[in-house]
Amino acid sequence: MATETHDISVTVNDTQYRRNVESRLLLSDFLRHDLLLAGTHVGCEHGVCGACTVIFDGVAVRSCLMFAAQADGHTIETVEGLAPDRDHLHPLQESMRDCHGLQCGYCTPGILMTMKAFLDETPAPDEAQIREALSGNLCRCTGYQHIVEAMKLAAERLRR
Amino acid sequence: MKPAPFRYVAARTLEQALQVKAEYGDEAHFLAGGQSLVPTMNFRLTQPAVLIDINPLAQFSGMQNQPPDGVRIGALTRYGKLERDPGIARSLPLIHQALPHIAHPQIRNRGTIGGNLAHADPASEIPAVVVALAGKLRAQSVRGERWIAALDFFVGALSTSLEPDEMLMEVELPVAQPRSGACFMEVSRRRGDFAIIGVACTVRVDQEGRCNAARIGLCNAGDMPIFAAAASESLVGRQIGKPEINEAAELVQRAIDPGGSIHASKEFQRHVAGVLTARALATANERARHGN
Repeated sequence: MATETHDISVTVNDTQYRRNVESRLLLSDFLRHDLLLAGTHVGCEHGVCGACTVIFDGVAVRSCLMFAAQADGHTIETVEGLAPDRDHLHPLQESMRDCHGLQCGYCTPGILMTMKAFLDETPAPDEAQIREALSGNLCRCTGYQHIVEAMKLAAERLRR
Repeated sequence: MKPAPFRYVAARTLEQALQVKAEYGDEAHFLAGGQSLVPTMNFRLTQPAVLIDINPLAQFSGMQNQPPDGVRIGALTRYGKLERDPGIARSLPLIHQALPHIAHPQIRNRGTIGGNLAHADPASEIPAVVVALAGKLRAQSVRGERWIAALDFFVGALSTSLEPDEMLMEVELPVAQPRSGACFMEVSRRRGDFAIIGVACTVRVDQEGRCNAARIGLCNAGDMPIFAAAASESLVGRQIGKPEINEAAELVQRAIDPGGSIHASKEFQRHVAGVLTARALATANERARHGN
């Protein structure tokens, strides 16, 4: 089959990109290889691990289960867009650091984007809600306790 | 590149989507939420020649009342939208209770009810709910449209009675009636995993508290969603107490043919089906009697 491509225009972290992509290019690979935004990690590449989570039109989704062509005309937020500038972290990132919410860091971008969308929608969550929100992100280092603590702290900081 | 090459068509109109499907038949797949389809494509277990992306057809997302007592849910309605609907706990309590068991929040933000039903995974929650509620499904093609009863829609594992040129458009479900109760329960290894067994049941009682309608559906209890007819009928006309519940649970255990897996033997699945049926029936019956 001849390679079929599509011209797409995507807004990622407030920057508009125009690219020509193959039909079968996954959104996760598009972000990493075409836009060189390698903060979005790929783990399982079949929707189980959550490492590739990005915010698509305001909601957290698995970028490995979408095609780049589907993002045409849509808005995406990735971990690169979280921090306000080079010298400051987002409260979510600060809280992860303060609470030791990461060790190897592989799952962290997915967790940050999942929880960014969650805390935008649920600013005062209880622990059960935090654990439910986190349930689609695998972390093999921390045992999750510190991530849950970090999210409680982040929610508090974001409400201030 | 993980998936094999395919032609991608972003549908701009329903007519266009149906035309392409009519042209390519089984070689073409509709892309709705993609939460089951894309993983299989990433493994190259599925290699469609054409993907028809119906996500641009936003008009097929949402719920619409269908008087006197039905509600129609558009095929492209995402689970996340249903989860955030404030009225659904009252109107469609089985759907409301089943939603948290479906995978994880990110999957539910993208997955659609129509894609899920057309995928027809026997372990999936919503097909069992639709069978339990005796829902009906509307299919459309360039040839016209037809309604299919839930029990006729599912014909095997990952297999439906949809023709190669048909698209699932919507599902119609009955809204909860007064003096009725619903309960969905599931056992899985971890939250969000596929069900080992799931049970969806509804009970309605008369003024005296006698059951006048009951329906029990199960997921992962065979090669398609199961409606436990004998167990459901055994409850009608009776005051539901422990003996009636135990009898229904036994009838469920007899009616199912679970496949077994490395996570749960057939015997364990059958055992769990009995336990969950008894618990779910007791809960649904209480809710029917006490009006919540």
